Amino acid sequence: MMISNGIEDEEKWLAEGIAGIQHNAFYLHRAVDSNNLREALKYSAQLLSELRTSKLSPHKYYELYMRAFDELRRLEMFFKDEDRHGCSIVDLYELVQHAGNVLPRLYLLCTVGSVYIKSKEAPAKDVLKDLVEMCRAVQNPIRGLFLRSYLAQVSRDKLPDIGSEYEGEGDTVMDAVEFVLQNFTEMNKLWVRMQHQGPVREKEKLEKERSELRDLVGKNLHVLSQIEGVDLEIYRDAVLPRVLEQIVNCKDELAQYYLMDCIIQVFPDEYHLQTLETLLGACPQLQPTVDLKTVLSQLMERLSNYAASSPELLPEFLQVEAFSKLSNAIGKVIEAQVDMPIVGAITLYVSLLSFTLRVHPDRLDYVDQVLGACVKILSGKAKLEDSKATKQVVALLSAPLDKYDDIVTALTLSNYPRVMDHLDAGTNKIMAMVIIRSIMKNKTFVSTSDKVEVLFELIKGLIKDLEGISTDDLDEEDFNEEQNSVACLMHILYNDDPEEMLKIICTVWKHIMAGGPKRLPFTVPPLVFSALKLVRRLQGQDGDVAGEEVPATPRKIFQLLNQIIESLSVVPAPELALRLYLQCAEGANDCDLEPVAYDFFTQAFVLYEEEIADSKAQVTAIHLIIGTLQRMNVFGVENRDTLTHKATGYSAKLLKKPDQCRAVYACSHLFWVDDQDGIKDGERVLLCLKRSLRIANAAQQMANVTRGSSGPVTLFVEILNKYLYYFEKGNPQITASVIQGLIDLIKTEMQSDSATGGPASDAFFTSTLRYIQFQKQKGGAMGEKYEPIKL
Amino acid sequence: MNYIIGAFKPACNISVTFSDGKSRKQVALKKENGQTVMVPLFQSQETISGKISVEPVSGKKVEHNGIKVELLGQIEMYFDRGNFYDFTSLVRELDVPGEIYERKTFPFEFSTVEMPYETYNGVNVRLRYVLKVTISRGYAGSIVQYQDFVVRNYSPPPSINNSIKMEVGIEDCLHIEFEYNKSKYHLKDVIIGKIYFLLVRIKIKNMDLEIRRRESTGSGSNTHVETETLAKFELMDGAPVRGESIPIRLFLSPYELTPTYRNINNKFSVKYYLNLVLVDEEDRRYFKQQEITMYRLGETSEATL
Repeated sequence: MMISNGIEDEEKWLAEGIAGIQHNAFYLHRAVDSNNLREALKYSAQLLSELRTSKLSPHKYYELYMRAFDELRRLEMFFKDEDRHGCSIVDLYELVQHAGNVLPRLYLLCTVGSVYIKSKEAPAKDVLKDLVEMCRAVQNPIRGLFLRSYLAQVSRDKLPDIGSEYEGEGDTVMDAVEFVLQNFTEMNKLWVRMQHQGPVREKEKLEKERSELRDLVGKNLHVLSQIEGVDLEIYRDAVLPRVLEQIVNCKDELAQYYLMDCIIQVFPDEYHLQTLETLLGACPQLQPTVDLKTVLSQLMERLSNYAASSPELLPEFLQVEAFSKLSNAIGKVIEAQVDMPIVGAITLYVSLLSFTLRVHPDRLDYVDQVLGACVKILSGKAKLEDSKATKQVVALLSAPLDKYDDIVTALTLSNYPRVMDHLDAGTNKIMAMVIIRSIMKNKTFVSTSDKVEVLFELIKGLIKDLEGISTDDLDEEDFNEEQNSVACLMHILYNDDPEEMLKIICTVWKHIMAGGPKRLPFTVPPLVFSALKLVRRLQGQDGDVAGEEVPATPRKIFQLLNQIIESLSVVPAPELALRLYLQCAEGANDCDLEPVAYDFFTQAFVLYEEEIADSKAQVTAIHLIIGTLQRMNVFGVENRDTLTHKATGYSAKLLKKPDQCRAVYACSHLFWVDDQDGIKDGERVLLCLKRSLRIANAAQQMANVTRGSSGPVTLFVEILNKYLYYFEKGNPQITASVIQGLIDLIKTEMQSDSATGGPASDAFFTSTLRYIQFQKQKGGAMGEKYEPIKL
Repeated sequence: MNYIIGAFKPACNISVTFSDGKSRKQVALKKENGQTVMVPLFQSQETISGKISVEPVSGKKVEHNGIKVELLGQIEMYFDRGNFYDFTSLVRELDVPGEIYERKTFPFEFSTVEMPYETYNGVNVRLRYVLKVTISRGYAGSIVQYQDFVVRNYSPPPSINNSIKMEVGIEDCLHIEFEYNKSKYHLKDVIIGKIYFLLVRIKIKNMDLEIRRRESTGSGSNTHVETETLAKFELMDGAPVRGESIPIRLFLSPYELTPTYRNINNKFSVKYYLNLVLVDEEDRRYFKQQEITMYRLGETSEATL
């Protein structure tokens, strides 16, 4: 209620003020129309008296001021026309000073002063000097600010600037500068003083009101920047020191922040670059609460844009040592502003870093220097808790990644990991992901073990459990994604030199070992494949360097692989380990290392026996074993026999009959390798097939017993297809009559009442028959071979 | 006496004309009845001459015991009404006793008249110069006619004219130093100065410079002092802080000032003061009064700025 009353009252006062102005304006117009100077002065003074009010907020006062301003424009036109009022401008200049009240008197004086300068009857500088001096008489902040703002407004186009009609004969651009500077200084003093004008409880409101008036003060700086004659020299020697002196001395947070920002915005970048030392020198002297990070960020942003605008500017930046000056200044500011939160300091360095990256992309030492400075700030403090600060650190660390396509560049920055150390575990991980993504995006290979070491040190948040973070609350999806990224990353670690590559692998191995059982299933496979890739590369060279001590031999690598895969036992992940063993066995096979291959197979079988209990998993595993074993050609008869025997044995021992059946017919391939010198033991093939037929029969019968209907004939059809395969491959044991028998058997089965032929098996059988038909019709050797089969 | 005037119209018209009346400067003079008339302006040591014509009303004759003209300098105290004190009195006989039938003109001359005091119209005192024409008659009573004129005396610029500079204050509350560029000002002069704020612990609302005139009449226990504020000129709006200096520029021409008069014929004095007044937000007034000497500068050398 109190507040609303306050606002209503203010509206009322404003309305009264406007009415007062309008009332006097009416008589003023009449006086002007009748060329009556005396009356015009009287009513204009009365009109301006409305501006003496203390009741209005700046906002409302401005409204009133604008009304008066319009009337003063009209009055100025009248003053210009000596013929109308018959009073020389010199006399008029005195006459308006007879007004008893200071505020109307000074508004009128400024108005006449403007005409006086225009008339050129007195040097512009004298009039300006007089006006700016006389305006001191208004010490009320709001009224003073508006009055001086009026002075600035009317004098703007009358400054003795270079090329202006008011220049010359002792009126130089320095006079213009001096005038604007003085007006600026006085306005700023008034503005700063405003904060002390009201009761303490209204401080917030006052600050808001002050803020509304800031542009009145800033306008002066704008005017200064618009003066043509203010060249670099004048700016450096006269303008900037004076402005900064005022800013520093006013000791006011709001003003210092706004005006520093103003300087940066209104004056050309070129000037900033050349006066960097002076400008930055003022920063540590400002109040400790001034938001310098924003100010300096703006400055650096502008300078970077400036540097980017033309490559020819770079030498200038180097000449003035822009980087070291900025860097120094930031250090001093942080020192001076003891209460600056860490986020502020980091933000400053982020800005400096982006400046460096844009202006001096080739200077990695600068980048490292910035990071080093951050480390200094962060050190001695616990891990960052402040999320904003963390964000800034992430920004800091991401900047070089974005800038340099080559991640390796970042890896050479010694301070980079030290900064990362200060992040909390969660953020550390996010940062690690950013790094990985950046590497993946740019597809840059990380090619030495040293770099790998550094890289893994950087992303250690992903590689192992960090202190202080419980593994329980990890989101599984996130975890998987992270680990997949790490897995992807491993393929980027590459060197053409096998020796170095092996070192890389060892380094990676060392790191992922620390990762614990949860991570191994993700990290081991890529490492294994990476090692196998290396083995493949070595294959060709093997023997070339005989006699020499070669550190990277396949044998050695396989030893390592063995260890690596073994580590999965702690997880445990037997199925994965089995697959990897088989992969290794194949690799060893290709290297002609029979014992190694045999060993891997042994490992695989051991796992099968001891660890894989699930029947489905067994089925998959046995098929994998069979498939791999089939391709092995390194084994001697004995070893091979042992292994095939094992494989067939396990096949027949699978739990479900259909699985048994399928595994057994798959085993048939172990005896028939369709290579030039592959084993071709037709008899044992037939044995396997017969055995599988038996199992299929047994399965059929079992189904009859348990369900009252025999199962589909699919198994038979599958076996038929195996027969056909070997028949075509020329296995002498597989004859047309055997096939004929099987076909008949299937047909009988299908026609029997108990058979419940699923549509799938029907279709399978039909298309198998169609294939035979097709082969028969094709003719040739194959056609002849098929000829005897009757459908 | 009114009915007598009504019954007996004056027997003749008397008019006074000055010999250089056409070229002589005329100034406004406020009469006792409040009307303003234009009268000639003289200064001391000037010769006052002219003609006095006496014209009987249509066909009547004026019988008289002699005609004279007096130049009187009078001081009139209002509290002592009607009691004129003539500090100057000069007489010229114009005509011997006789009769006048028709318009008759008499030249007169007071040469190099000493008129040390200026015409002054104050609150309690008036100093006037007047030509008094008297036609003495026996029974009918004398016919008297007055003609006012104004005297103003000019001074050269003073050879010594120091500035007024002073530091004043209230302990731990307000300390200021003010400076007026001169201690003696001519009537169209400009007061230039500055006020420095050395210490400000009170919330000042505004600051004015007043011109005050102090007129004292009488002497001893019978002294009457009357003070008028002739000008109130706002110097500053708002509260200054320590270190501020506020300019003063006050043009004196708009105000009706006279020179400072000191002990005029032991009857009265007129003095001028500059009063610097600071008003705080509780409307308390802090002031410091300083006497300044006013003088009248010769018209030609009077500068405007």
